Amino acid sequence: MQIAPPDFDRLFGALSDATRRDIVRRAIDGGEGVAELAGHYSMSFAAVQKHVAILERAGLITKERVGRRKVVRTNLEALRVARRLLDQYEQLWRDRVERMTTLLAESGKETDR
Amino acid sequence: MTVTAVHKDPAARTMILKAEFDASPERVWQLWADPRQLERWWGPPTYPATVTNHDLSVGGRVEYYMTGPEGDQPKAYWIVLEAEPPHRLVYLDGFANDDWSPNDELPGTTGRVSIEDIGGGRTRMTIESEFPTVEAMEQLLAMGMEEGLKGAVGQIDAILAEDRAGARP
Repeated sequence: MQIAPPDFDRLFGALSDATRRDIVRRAIDGGEGVAELAGHYSMSFAAVQKHVAILERAGLITKERVGRRKVVRTNLEALRVARRLLDQYEQLWRDRVERMTTLLAESGKETDR
Repeated sequence: MTVTAVHKDPAARTMILKAEFDASPERVWQLWADPRQLERWWGPPTYPATVTNHDLSVGGRVEYYMTGPEGDQPKAYWIVLEAEPPHRLVYLDGFANDDWSPNDELPGTTGRVSIEDIGGGRTRMTIESEFPTVEAMEQLLAMGMEEGLKGAVGQIDAILAEDRAGARP
């Protein structure tokens, strides 16, 4: 079962920073360039540029040319991959809780509680 | 719906799941403390668990193996880090070698279980699972255990429906 790309740690590392997560959210619409993105934060343009580069290396965002501008756009597929592992783990525990509920219902009947 | 909340944090590699049961905290604790009951919910129907050692005191060990559809029997263990019956259990869940020594090649997870009375004869169980690293998460979920689990989802529903019909005629 192929569930993870080789650069998985990079992906999670990129998402471990609050500013970078915010950039990923803003770039879902893909309307802004790096300079415009930098305007949302109190840090320097260079610092934002660095964050964008980390996200780009992790495959979480891409820079696309729109006319004469370059806009930053979130790669939604990469985001989905990051969530998929935890989704599988959630299902494992949901199934366990279902079985627990079944067991409790059985014993409730046996002891007539 | 028994599961009332799930919070997943990819960056912190944790999942918190809350569930509520129509039972007392003591009864829910028994699901963990009685090895025969633990066997009935820990593994999916296609990968049932057999518990061979079970000591839920602090520093104690629980040892179990799962039996897969191909007859494979991976061994695993818990080390109990905290135990306050019937309210709290913290354990490290890891894979074991054939002689039950820890298999350090394979990742383990830390489980933190809280069981609390919420009134009206109901109990809330909170499970917090933490993976040590992203690779651990990836490796654990890529293992055959989950293949069996995924393939079984349809069957599980059917089996649960039968069980419920039997439990509550």
